[in-house]
Amino acid sequence: MNVLSAAGPIVPDSGGNVLLIVLLLLPLVGSLVMYPLRGNVALAKGVAMAVALLELVLVVLAWVGYDTAAAADGTRFQLEFSASWIPAFGTHIAFGVDGIALVMIALTAFLVPILMLFAWAEKLPEGRTASGYFGLLLATQAMLVGVFAATDVFLFYVFFEAMLIPMYFLIGRFGGPNRQYAAVKFFLYSLLGGLIMLASLIGLFVVSGERLGQGTFTWAELQTMAATVPTSTQIWLFLGFFVAFAIKAPLFPFHTWLPDAGAEAPIVGAVLLVGVLDKVATFGFLRYCLPLFPAASQALAPLVLTLAVVGIIYAALLAVGQTDMSRFVSYTSIAHFGFIALGIFAFSSQAFAGATLYMVNHGLSTGMLFLMVGMLITRGGSRKIADYGGVAKLAPLLAGCLLVAGMSSLALPGTNSFVSEFLVLVGSFPNAPVFTIVATVGIIFAALYVLWFYQRTMQGPVRGDAVTAALERAGAGGPGAMTDPGIAAKRAGTGFADLGRREIAVVTPLIVAIVVLGFFPAPLLDVINPSVTATMQEVGLADPVPVGGTAR
Amino acid sequence: MTTTLPALSALAQEAQPAVGEATGTASLAWLLFALPAAGALVLFLTGRRSDRWGHWLGLLTVVASFVIGLLIFLETVGLAPGERTRELALYSWIGSGSLNVDFGLRLDPLSLTFVLLITGVGSLIHLYSVGYMSHDPGRRRFFAQLNLFVAAMLVLVLANNFVLLYLGWEGVGLASYLLIGFYQDRPAAATAAKKAFLMNRVGDVGLALAIFLLWLELGTTQYNEVFGRIGEVPSGTVLAVTLLLLLGACGKSGQFPLQSWLPDAMEGPTPVSALIHAATMVTAGVYLIARTNPIYDLTETGRLVVALIGVVTLLIGAIIGCAYDDIKKVLAYSTVSQIGYMILAVGLGPAGYALGIFHLLTHGFFKAGLFLGAGSVMHAMNDDVDMRRFGGLWRKMPVTFVTFGLGYLALIGFPFLSGYFSKDAIIEAAFAQEGWQGWVFGGAAALAAGLTAFYMTRLMFMTFFGERRWEKVPAHNGEAYHPHESPATMTVPMIVLAFGSVGAGAALYPVLPEWLAPTVGELRELEGGALPHAVVPWLVVGLSALGVLAGYLFVGRRPVPVERPERVSLPVRAARADLYANAINESVVERPGTWLTRILVYFDNRGVDGAVNGIAAGLGGSSGRLRRLQTGFVRSYALSMLGGSVLIVAAMLAVRFA
Repeated sequence: MNVLSAAGPIVPDSGGNVLLIVLLLLPLVGSLVMYPLRGNVALAKGVAMAVALLELVLVVLAWVGYDTAAAADGTRFQLEFSASWIPAFGTHIAFGVDGIALVMIALTAFLVPILMLFAWAEKLPEGRTASGYFGLLLATQAMLVGVFAATDVFLFYVFFEAMLIPMYFLIGRFGGPNRQYAAVKFFLYSLLGGLIMLASLIGLFVVSGERLGQGTFTWAELQTMAATVPTSTQIWLFLGFFVAFAIKAPLFPFHTWLPDAGAEAPIVGAVLLVGVLDKVATFGFLRYCLPLFPAASQALAPLVLTLAVVGIIYAALLAVGQTDMSRFVSYTSIAHFGFIALGIFAFSSQAFAGATLYMVNHGLSTGMLFLMVGMLITRGGSRKIADYGGVAKLAPLLAGCLLVAGMSSLALPGTNSFVSEFLVLVGSFPNAPVFTIVATVGIIFAALYVLWFYQRTMQGPVRGDAVTAALERAGAGGPGAMTDPGIAAKRAGTGFADLGRREIAVVTPLIVAIVVLGFFPAPLLDVINPSVTATMQEVGLADPVPVGGTAR
Repeated sequence: MTTTLPALSALAQEAQPAVGEATGTASLAWLLFALPAAGALVLFLTGRRSDRWGHWLGLLTVVASFVIGLLIFLETVGLAPGERTRELALYSWIGSGSLNVDFGLRLDPLSLTFVLLITGVGSLIHLYSVGYMSHDPGRRRFFAQLNLFVAAMLVLVLANNFVLLYLGWEGVGLASYLLIGFYQDRPAAATAAKKAFLMNRVGDVGLALAIFLLWLELGTTQYNEVFGRIGEVPSGTVLAVTLLLLLGACGKSGQFPLQSWLPDAMEGPTPVSALIHAATMVTAGVYLIARTNPIYDLTETGRLVVALIGVVTLLIGAIIGCAYDDIKKVLAYSTVSQIGYMILAVGLGPAGYALGIFHLLTHGFFKAGLFLGAGSVMHAMNDDVDMRRFGGLWRKMPVTFVTFGLGYLALIGFPFLSGYFSKDAIIEAAFAQEGWQGWVFGGAAALAAGLTAFYMTRLMFMTFFGERRWEKVPAHNGEAYHPHESPATMTVPMIVLAFGSVGAGAALYPVLPEWLAPTVGELRELEGGALPHAVVPWLVVGLSALGVLAGYLFVGRRPVPVERPERVSLPVRAARADLYANAINESVVERPGTWLTRILVYFDNRGVDGAVNGIAAGLGGSSGRLRRLQTGFVRSYALSMLGGSVLIVAAMLAVRFA
């Protein structure tokens, strides 16, 4: 397939492609290297960035090496690697990607260098160095590669829990004033979910022992067995996984840890947390809940759909009522997760593909929204919405970029998010019309929270404590400044600066991705679609047939 | 309207034109929207560097679009009517499973008509804006957004499927949002922009759900297949689809009950009001219904609702238009009312589709001209819009006066000017309906024609005739008024549009229905109904003359007070309050919504999160108590082990024998 697969299969009849291992180890090693480099922050940052960029290049290689034709012909995983781990438990160090995992790994690799660039000159809490900061980013990335690439359920569980650790430290050491509370809440809540999943995992192993004669954690074997497991057993096992994922996603009513974590985490941590880490849950729905427990998934779908749709409306209304910018973005995300869950539990190719694409697009749009909020906080030093006003007058470029992120968040056609939201809704409608109608009404609220946020912070006359304080610090205050702040800002030069070059470099790739994927989603859809078809078959479902013209 | 449903259905199927592939000049159709889009992109990306030449680039791209549109139009005219519907697939946009949405264009008489309207009027208004915005530091941004609008609007009308239509549909919504909020440091502008976007989104939900329903029923979003196979869909669903599409149309076109954003949209610069909120974007709802005519053909109930919405709106607009003193708001409500006529027309089905489009075109000319004239007046009057401060301006700005006056005559339906042909045709068709519908539709439309004449005459007298009230009071910005004629970049577009106001009706009347026939079907002239065709023009002209006379008596003959009189009759007060539409919105939607979000925030913090923290605190407390169980005595551990074993055995037995 490519040069990196020279190692040959380690386990007979399985792949021996080391590319995924490299993708996992590279950022892990990079993060470890940060420790000896802590004395030389500039070098540490350079090395970290080099590692992140190299990772991106390797992911591009993996993308090129991924054969969509083979995936369409039924090859479930590619770039496979497998080695026996604990033979007594039948666990393997087994990696492989389908299109869904591949796009998530690619999203991570795309975001990390951007986040590093954003964090390049960030003011860190007392006594913290950028080497630790960047190291934790790389460690999180490594865990994410592991969790998406694992094809052994136990290995998946290990990474699922392990990724909490760097994120815990990112929040707890580099976060806002209330970071300890948020970090512990995040950790305990996730751990609780993880432990419930562990119980299910053991149950799954036992069931596989009964059905197959020998217990296994290998995903493919468990999947083949799935249809034969009685529905009642499936439901119990499903619930264990489901609770873990519903907390992680999070779905209503398990969501309250996210606004705290999202608000207290440093911006880059929040982007990774909300943009990628939470998607492990929706990824888990698609990879584990549906194919391993197909009957249970269908039986419990109305429950999940209800939670999803309640979440869409509920979180959107809460987003409208927020006074803190980071909490605002967190609540918008909870609403978006509702759309993803809707797509996954509506069981059609379009809805699945839409949900998967939504995971990527939400990472881009919410990532950018968080970054723009971060740029505001850098300037004003406050997270409160009321502390900002009329910023468009002072920093038009910043305002424009925020608007692009907002338009992507409300899924305006022409941005990336529209394609995914449309696919989710159009794909869900035939199977779940009532839920889809409610979710569609949710797009009005999406417009409301985005535009109202924009109006409060960007439009109208220059106002707000954070803005006026920044202007005064720069000597632009004093008489007459408020009547013509534009001139005042110019007089001061740096009162409330517009985007600098580094910041432009941060937002440019995101804006390009948002617009290009809005008009040309095919590169992503081509990779996603075959895996979506495979998932449909694993659940044992066919797409709903158009009802017009049939039997009438 | 007595034709039975199956017959109409068969007719709709057979009326679907054969679709050819776009070749020749038509294969360049993608340039139509790509050029303005590229213009917008360049202007956004180059930033201040293009401040000096950006507006010329903006103008150039739209003019180039117009030229290409004209070439394609001429090429199409050369084809036989049956071959005039052509499609151009550009690439596959969204594909998953059996869903495939093309980025594909449909070039047919309807879309080409719109292309010429959008790029033609668009070019004129771009030219006008060069002068109008010359003192504005944000001129480049303005042209970027105006270009974006033209591109999105062209995508809207050129799309060959519903999803791409939706892209253009929300794209023009974005452009409209940006341009209404162009003066974004004004809170009123920001609020109006947000309101416009939100009310449009309410309509968009309808459009989206209609698309989902069609997908559910037919498994496609392409016009071709939907229109060809719509007869397979059960009539209840067809009705639902038409009502959902109508909701979309109401949002975009400012129709009842979503009309109240359009007058607020006048916060935008006046060229925007002319192009977006008069001539093109707000007519997209009419386009949508005309475009989906094969669906509306199948449901008499659906068409009836459309016509009723049109009638209600044309009355609302005309009544409120009589009460305002703000020159742009009067024109805005006039637009609401005139689009009501168009919606009424397309609601009449095969007897009205072509008439709706006809009025849309003539209205595009004269209303754009009127708005540009209003902008010219504002330009001369320190950006003030209060007509009570105007008066006697005809001598100061003769070109504006003459062109505006021609637009005025066209709008009130002065014989043989544009509006006379297009509006009368609609009123005639409305009176030709059978039963109560003829009387109600026709009567309302004729009455509103009289009201139109009244409010426009009032506007003319307050602005151009009578006492020069601006000599007595300072402007709102404190300076004195120095009215003057506008520069040539502004007057030339006004003059061109004035020619359209005069001649478009007479020129299009004989040819337009036939030209549109391949898309919207033959225009069916109904006989009988409430009033015969021969009577209606006299009635309408008579009512309009009454309106003019009333306008003269109310404001032409009497001095107009500079301050607005507050002791006025109840109807005037109601009209000044937009017939309480905003008050209803506020008390039914806004205030309960605000309370709901507050309650939910409280509930989430105290209820949901409170429960989580409560559980955590409870666990902490009980673990403290549990700790005391670890006594260190082996005997107590042995006891608990025994207890545990017993429980396990009991459980196993229970599982086995239960």
